Amino acid sequence: MALELHPLEQFKIAPLIPIHIGGLDVSYTNSALFMTIAVVLITALLVLGTGRGALVPGRWQSVAEMSYEFVADMVETNAGHGAEPYFPFVFTLFMFVLFSNLLGLIPYSYTVTSQIIVTFALAATVFIGVTIVGFVKHGIHFGRLFVPEGVPIILLFLLVPIELLSYFIRPFTLSIRLFANMLAGHTMLAIFGGFAASVGLLAIFPVLLDVAIFALEILVAALQAYVFAILTCLYLRDALHLH
Amino acid sequence: MDLASAKMIGAGLACIALVGAGIGIGNVFSSLISAVARNPAAQAQVQPFAFLGFALAEATGLFGLAIAFLILFVF
Repeated sequence: MALELHPLEQFKIAPLIPIHIGGLDVSYTNSALFMTIAVVLITALLVLGTGRGALVPGRWQSVAEMSYEFVADMVETNAGHGAEPYFPFVFTLFMFVLFSNLLGLIPYSYTVTSQIIVTFALAATVFIGVTIVGFVKHGIHFGRLFVPEGVPIILLFLLVPIELLSYFIRPFTLSIRLFANMLAGHTMLAIFGGFAASVGLLAIFPVLLDVAIFALEILVAALQAYVFAILTCLYLRDALHLH
Repeated sequence: MDLASAKMIGAGLACIALVGAGIGIGNVFSSLISAVARNPAAQAQVQPFAFLGFALAEATGLFGLAIAFLILFVF
């Protein structure tokens, strides 16, 4: 292949401030920098946006209130009654994933959610948290989640392992879904960018394609944040209401 | 067959996963269109589910793509 393509180079983690404690490398990296930016932006939007508390909201206050109401509505419809205490958690997850995805779309920035370890940490938090909620609320009866009702005993030998497997695979599917979407989208943008750099005047076609993919990526960035949050809600409903 | 060509073939094979994603996404949106055509009032109710289904179907194809990248660039 004559093309010089390095579509995966954009995902490289580079230390900005090297810090070593003992044998551990806890450097402040570009990944950590963009997580910090995301958190600062979310805090700024929500605190400054709602700070004045005007009765007729301005633009910033509207955005802050709309995101709040959107997630509040999502938690209420999908997680059922008794899920209100978990709203702040779902809201934090949604805003963090959304802002990380959207920040990553700025050229030369870094996509935090394209690292599987980041998305897996988020998904594992959801999984462990939901399991703890289930056991606290139902005790040993939480095991009923894995036993479908009204099924012949003989079928249970088949169904219970399937239910168990589909439960324990959740953190992996949840994290890989987000990570693969971000990785594939950004790689695709970089690949067509690489085509554009190597074909001279014909570059207009890959660039136009890149523009279209970029529009799709904005949709995907918002959609994946939504999917991450809504699946968290559905898992919570399983734990709270057992089917 | 040397390792490099085997990798290329493997990555190409992994992209077959996109067949399923294509069928899935087409199915989701065709169902959305026929549902809305039958009952336009239901659009607001079914649209979020359609986009959820779209994202889930798309993700399965991307799992295959992730495997292709793993084969090409990691091993």
